[in-house]
Amino acid sequence: MALVEIRDVHKSFGSVEVLKGITLDVEKGDIVTIIGRSGSGKSTLLRCINALETIDRGEIRIEGERIAADMPNLRQLRQRVGIVFQAFNLFPHLTVERNITLAPVLTGKVPKEKARDLALDVLARVGLADKIDAWPEQLSGGQQQRVAIARCLAMSPHLMLFDEVTSALDPELVGEVLKVMEDMARQGMTMILVTHEMGFARTVATKLVFMHQGRVWEQGNPAELFADPKTPELKNFISSVK
Amino acid sequence: MRTFNEADLLSLFSALRWTVVLVALALACGGPLALMLALMRSSRIAPLRWLAAGILQLVQGVPLLGLLMFFYFGMPVFLGVEVPALVAVGVAFTAYTAVFLGEIWRGGIQAVKQTQWEAAACLGLTRWQQFRYVIAPQAFRMALPPTVGFLVQLIKNTSLASVVGFVELARAGQMASAATFQPLLVYSVVAAIYFALCLPLTVWSRKLEARLNGAR
Repeated sequence: MALVEIRDVHKSFGSVEVLKGITLDVEKGDIVTIIGRSGSGKSTLLRCINALETIDRGEIRIEGERIAADMPNLRQLRQRVGIVFQAFNLFPHLTVERNITLAPVLTGKVPKEKARDLALDVLARVGLADKIDAWPEQLSGGQQQRVAIARCLAMSPHLMLFDEVTSALDPELVGEVLKVMEDMARQGMTMILVTHEMGFARTVATKLVFMHQGRVWEQGNPAELFADPKTPELKNFISSVK
Repeated sequence: MRTFNEADLLSLFSALRWTVVLVALALACGGPLALMLALMRSSRIAPLRWLAAGILQLVQGVPLLGLLMFFYFGMPVFLGVEVPALVAVGVAFTAYTAVFLGEIWRGGIQAVKQTQWEAAACLGLTRWQQFRYVIAPQAFRMALPPTVGFLVQLIKNTSLASVVGFVELARAGQMASAATFQPLLVYSVVAAIYFALCLPLTVWSRKLEARLNGAR
């Protein structure tokens, strides 16, 4: 059984059908990068996976459990599926430590007295242990994004979703975030990324998914797809982002 | 005829107590209702939003003086029992506070980006935890200046309770003025007391704002 099973998923916003029958499997330990032009439905698909958007048709299962916005244990599911956003979405009124420990403490994952140790541990994994008492606005964009990743890691997720996490960063800050993600990949974290970082897609990902007009247009081994795209759409896309 | 003396001043301060009681009552009863209205107005459930909007339109569309009259003269008619002036006036100020403060707080809640709700939801927090720990503190910060502004208005507007004979600061001033025929002096003292009551609030608000901004 795949960790994530997506079957014939359809999603419309008003009269615009954004996802037109997506079928995709993600195995445990997979690093799946989803690429495609703006408006191809990449981010919507990612948001559907943890029920930030409701799907109109089809089904999504994570660890065998069917996902729906009104499922009774949605919160428990979300504790197992971390998502990192393009705009970081740190809580500006809380320190880095509290950003990280808020959810683990409130959901009973970790006792309050051990929360700081947990924060230090996950911050060390993203190379920011010295920023534990900082406020989000005192950090650079890259550091904020790493804290956002640490905040997800504190929940010990089984799956991590990344929604264009480097798109809002200055070019010189992209590398530090990608490095953290590469480390996570090496440690066996299952990850699904929507990204424009072709280098990452080519060298780190285990699977590449090219979306076009709301469909999975091509998918497979990244090296093979980059070297020999089967469709003119992927060929054009690759040459346009080179 | 006598001149304005210490006894008049004491009676003003004694009546000031009732002004403070009215404000405290309005905040204690109107504050929770305001929060409820703000949450209803921000709710995902449409009938709750409609209900809150209806209450809001109704109460905001009536002048405070009208509310005071309505509850003071209306409560005995509709309830069939005489109610103390404090109760009638208290209910009017509670309604007034609930809708105006509710709108201020709704504005604060809705000014927090939707992505903050999403980020909190994605961490597995309940809807209430999302509000309590993520949205409310940010909304509070944004709503603080208008909230204190409203509080100052509320203090000053308690003077309207004098029209139904409730003896608070303004009414005590009226009585002292009638007894001494020194309206300018008496009302100047009354105004100075209102000012002394409101000034610390605005100063405190500014300090709190600066502290909260400094804490980020």
